Order: sequence, then C-alpha cells, then structure tokens
Amino acid sequence: MSDAHDGHGGETAGKAVAQLDDHQAPAPAVAVVRADRIENPGFPPERLRVTDLDPKKEKQAERTISLLFFLSIIGSVLAVAAYILFPIEEGDFGTVRINNMLLGVGITLGLLGIGIGAVHWSKALMHGHEEVEERHPTRGSDESRERAVEIFSEANKESGFTRRTLMRNTMIGALIATPIPAIALFRDLAPAEDPVALLKHTMWDTGVRLTRDPSGTPIKASDVTIGSAFHVIPEGLAELESHRLEEKAKAAVLLMRLPVDELNEREDRASWSYDGIVAYSKICTHVGCPVALYEQQTHHLLCPCHQSQFDVANHCEVIFGPAARPLPQLPITVDDEGYLVAQSDFTEPVGPSFWERAL
Amino acid sequence: MNRRIESNRTMAHSSHSPARRVGRRHPLAAAALLVVGLLATGGAYALATTTATAETTAAGEAQVDEGGKLFAANCASCHGLNGEGTEAGPTVIGAGSLAVEFQVGTGRMPMAASGPQAEQKPVQFTQEQIDAMGAWVASLAPGPGIPADRYIAGDGDAANGAELFRINCAMCHNVAGAGGALTEGKWAPGLMGVEPIHVYGAMVTGPQNMPVFSDLNLTPEEKNDIITYLLYVEENPSAGGWDLGSLGPVSEGLFIWIFGLGALVGVTIWLTAKSN
Repeated sequence: MSDAHDGHGGETAGKAVAQLDDHQAPAPAVAVVRADRIENPGFPPERLRVTDLDPKKEKQAERTISLLFFLSIIGSVLAVAAYILFPIEEGDFGTVRINNMLLGVGITLGLLGIGIGAVHWSKALMHGHEEVEERHPTRGSDESRERAVEIFSEANKESGFTRRTLMRNTMIGALIATPIPAIALFRDLAPAEDPVALLKHTMWDTGVRLTRDPSGTPIKASDVTIGSAFHVIPEGLAELESHRLEEKAKAAVLLMRLPVDELNEREDRASWSYDGIVAYSKICTHVGCPVALYEQQTHHLLCPCHQSQFDVANHCEVIFGPAARPLPQLPITVDDEGYLVAQSDFTEPVGPSFWERAL
Repeated sequence: MNRRIESNRTMAHSSHSPARRVGRRHPLAAAALLVVGLLATGGAYALATTTATAETTAAGEAQVDEGGKLFAANCASCHGLNGEGTEAGPTVIGAGSLAVEFQVGTGRMPMAASGPQAEQKPVQFTQEQIDAMGAWVASLAPGPGIPADRYIAGDGDAANGAELFRINCAMCHNVAGAGGALTEGKWAPGLMGVEPIHVYGAMVTGPQNMPVFSDLNLTPEEKNDIITYLLYVEENPSAGGWDLGSLGPVSEGLFIWIFGLGALVGVTIWLTAKSN
C-alpha cells in the first residue's frame, strides 16, 4: 500500500483495495481493508542531538574527532618506530613478543583512530534529520509487459527452439553429460589404497619388537617394572621414510606392568600378556585421541578428549565415558633374547568405529 | 616537722604522681628484668646450639638413628613402626631415600589424611631431617637413591627433553607443564617452580597415581633433558604474549567469548545507536 505513512486508513490510491464494514462479503481478487483497523501511529517525535542544540558541544565533538585522527597518525608512526627500535633478535623469544605487541598496538591505534573518528563524525556531526524514502510500484506498465512476451515468442520463432525438438533435446543431453568427467577426476583425489584395508591392519606383526617412542630402542621384559608405563612404537617405525605419522597413528601402544594377582584376564587372552606386562592400543575407540593418562594405583586409563575411562586390570573395558568398545589388546610375548615382541597384529581394527568395521 | 603517717586516706590525698612507689624499685624494673632474662636465656640457647655447616651425603649411623626416631614420631602411625605399612599407608620398604626426598621435601608427607592424592603443603622438616629419614628408609631395603648432581643440573638438550616430555608427560601435565585433571578428583600438578631433584624423584618413584618412569625407561640423561626443558619453559616468556595459564583452548576460548565477543557486540551496538 502506498502513501500510508500519513495515517489515513480509508483513502488509498491503489485500485485493488476496497473498504468494507463487517456485514459485506469481500469481492473476489480484492484486498480487504476493515473500517476498524489500527491507525498507523507514524514516527516517534524527532529527538535532536546534543551537537545540534549546543554549539559548544558541536565544537567539542569536532575536537574529539580531530584528536582521534591525530592519534591514528601517531599510532602508524609508532608502529614503524617500534619495528625499527625493538627488532627481533634471533634466539630470544622475548624480543619476538615485544616487537609483535608494539607493532600490533601501533597498527590498532592507527586503524581504530580512523574508524572511531569516522563513525563518530557521521553520528554526531553529519546531517541527522530523519527522512522517509517512498516505495514505488515495481510492476511494469501493461505495454512493456506485452512487449516482453512478444520478444520471447519472436526469439523462439527465429531460433526454432520449440519447433526443432531433436536439436533441443540433444543439446540438453550434451550439457548434462559435460560435467560427468569432473566427477570421475575429482573422485580420484582420494587415496589410492583401499581405506578399509588400511584401517584394519597396522605395522604390528608376528615377531615385531616393541620399541620406545621416539628413540626406537627395543624393550626388555625386565626393563618394565611394576607401575611403569612405556610408550611403544613397532620396530621400524622410527626409520620409516613415508607415511610415518599415519602408521604411528594406528600402531601406537601403551605398555604397562601390573601385579599378576590384580590382572583379571579372559581365558582366551591369558597368553597375550607376559608376567603381568600388558600392551594395549593407545588409540581411543571413541574418536581416536591417544589414551595415555595411566593411573598407577587405580589402573585406569583416561582419554583426555571426551573423558572415556578404561580399566586396564579388566582387559581395558570402558568404565566411564562415550567410548563404545574396550581398547584392542596387542598380544605380546618374549623372544629368546628377552626382548618383548608382538605375537601378531591386533585382532580387531584399532581406533574409532567406521562403517565397514564389522564386515 | 611532723612525720606524716601514711594511712590509706592520706595516701589517697597525697598521691598526685600516677606511679605508686613501693620501696626504692623503679616501677618498670619488673619489666626490665623480664626482658633481660628472656634475652639472656634466648641468647644462651642460640649460642649453645650449633647449625650443621658440613653437608654429608654418606649415611652415618647417627643419621640413620635420627631418621628412625623422626620416622617413629611422624610417619609410623600410617607406615608402621618398621615401615611395613598399615591399613592407612603402604609399606616404605624399598621406597628408597629418593622417595622420601620427594614426598617430604615437597610437603606432601606427612599426609593430612589418607587418600589417593597427597596435597602439597608447607614443608615440615629441615633438609637434614629429610636426609636423615631418607637414610633410615634406605637402610630398610635398597631403593632409588639421590641421583648424581649431573643428572639434575638442567644443562641437557632442551629440544630432546621437549620431545620426551610431549610423548611421556604432556598428556597428564599439559604440554607447558601447567598441570591437568585426572579421574575422580585426582590431578597432575603443575611443574613450574619445582626443584629439579623433585622432578627427577617423581619420575623415578612414581608417587601416588603417577606411573613409574624408571631409569630403564627414561635414562638419567633423558631425565636431565626433561628437566632442562621444564627450566626453559619456566625461564622464558611465552613468545605469543599473555599465555593465560597455558591451558590452551579452555582459557583462550573463555577470554575470547567473554571479552572479545563482548567487545564486538558492544561495538556493534554503538555503531548503530543514535548519537547522544
């Protein structure tokens, strides 16, 4: 509805509006305007700013804004001066801190000075009276609408789009077929190896020695004292040329020794430990964070990410938290030199669940 | 001149001076005597007791005896008269003098109450007393001893120490040694300001729920590297500026959400508000 701001309900210029009272039924395709409708209250009374009323305040605002711009100049100069006077000295991180901070303060002052000054100028000093911009109808005139329809039908006749159906249909087919090679090409950006096979196997295998992280030195069973926690990687991981972190992210293991009488083992896994020494995967079965917070007396393993807790004395079953499955156990034994070795790879995929895990 | 017999009434009238004189003693004489007496006895006591000037690491029999007496007086109620342990405390046989140095030297022992986490409190004993108790515990059975000075000197390889710290320690103690939470109310304490001997001792003895990092797991040189790293973090300011307790996303997130976003919201409101 146009010209409604003056608040007169009954007089409108639009053709499609009719005024009704309660008893009349509305004619079809006509907007309904009731006689008792709420009157447009109009705008609130205009409030003059302090700078409009008091010339002293106006001068003060001008001075403030000039000061802000001046501070901006100082800030920019300060930034350059700080860069020269407080340089970064190699090896001394305190100088990095000071240099960055002063540079930042200077540039901040430079930019904020301009920004705050400009906004304050527009709010306090610039023309501040409220105005109304009228809406105008966007509907085109009838002649231009008819002409538009004519243009479309002429174009159709000249190009033969609707008439030459074979040409049109094959064009649509060609346009649809063109992006299909892109799908095939972009799909190839994924790793070439089957990810399911990668996730189901780790570097651990029969006879692979347990070694310390990061040095890679093998671990003897006698090195592991009661209450110890060793961070273990398979032998050969430290010297891997490629994909070292991907392999470590699957093969990391935590080695602990508990008193034998405190260890509750399942019968089918009794041979997987050695004299109270147990090895469990470090990768949490929830989302994959390394679970290495080992509490010596309670035998609990805590994952720091989402606080899943595993009980090492009870085959790492989940005692708290969102993890769904216990940590996979690495079967270990001792070789003839006394070093700890794995008996085989993990018997289940390590880490979080994935779709093909059970298949 | 008449001799005035001082009766109560005449004394009440005649006493203009506030001090009531009895005999020829000065009224403050009693106080002075007290002060002199205290100074004399205190001074004599100070002169009589000598401070030990020579530090010996060899456990003499006298030291072991003294340690035994201290143990019986302060520790035996939980750890048993012969260190064999009771329901309230585990055995200390085999714990070694390093465990005593760590637990008593950081104030964790004597524990206020039995429980899984020993809180750090003000140290209750002098260094000689701690050494004596350590000697007595070491005399019960062989255990970890005080390491040689070169392993707690803090002059090792800080980079190697940092890598070892990240792999072995950072999950509980935070990558900058700021400490962290464990399960069910336990925590791993912060490591800033801890003496190198106590860092070493904690690694070797595995106090409370901390796992044991024996010298077969982390060699003494590697332990020295870790100590070097911790000293480095302690002495060097964070290059990024205000580290907010080195707690990473927790404290930084809190700061940004409260102050950063608060400031942004405030600026947004100011931008579109009508001028005064």
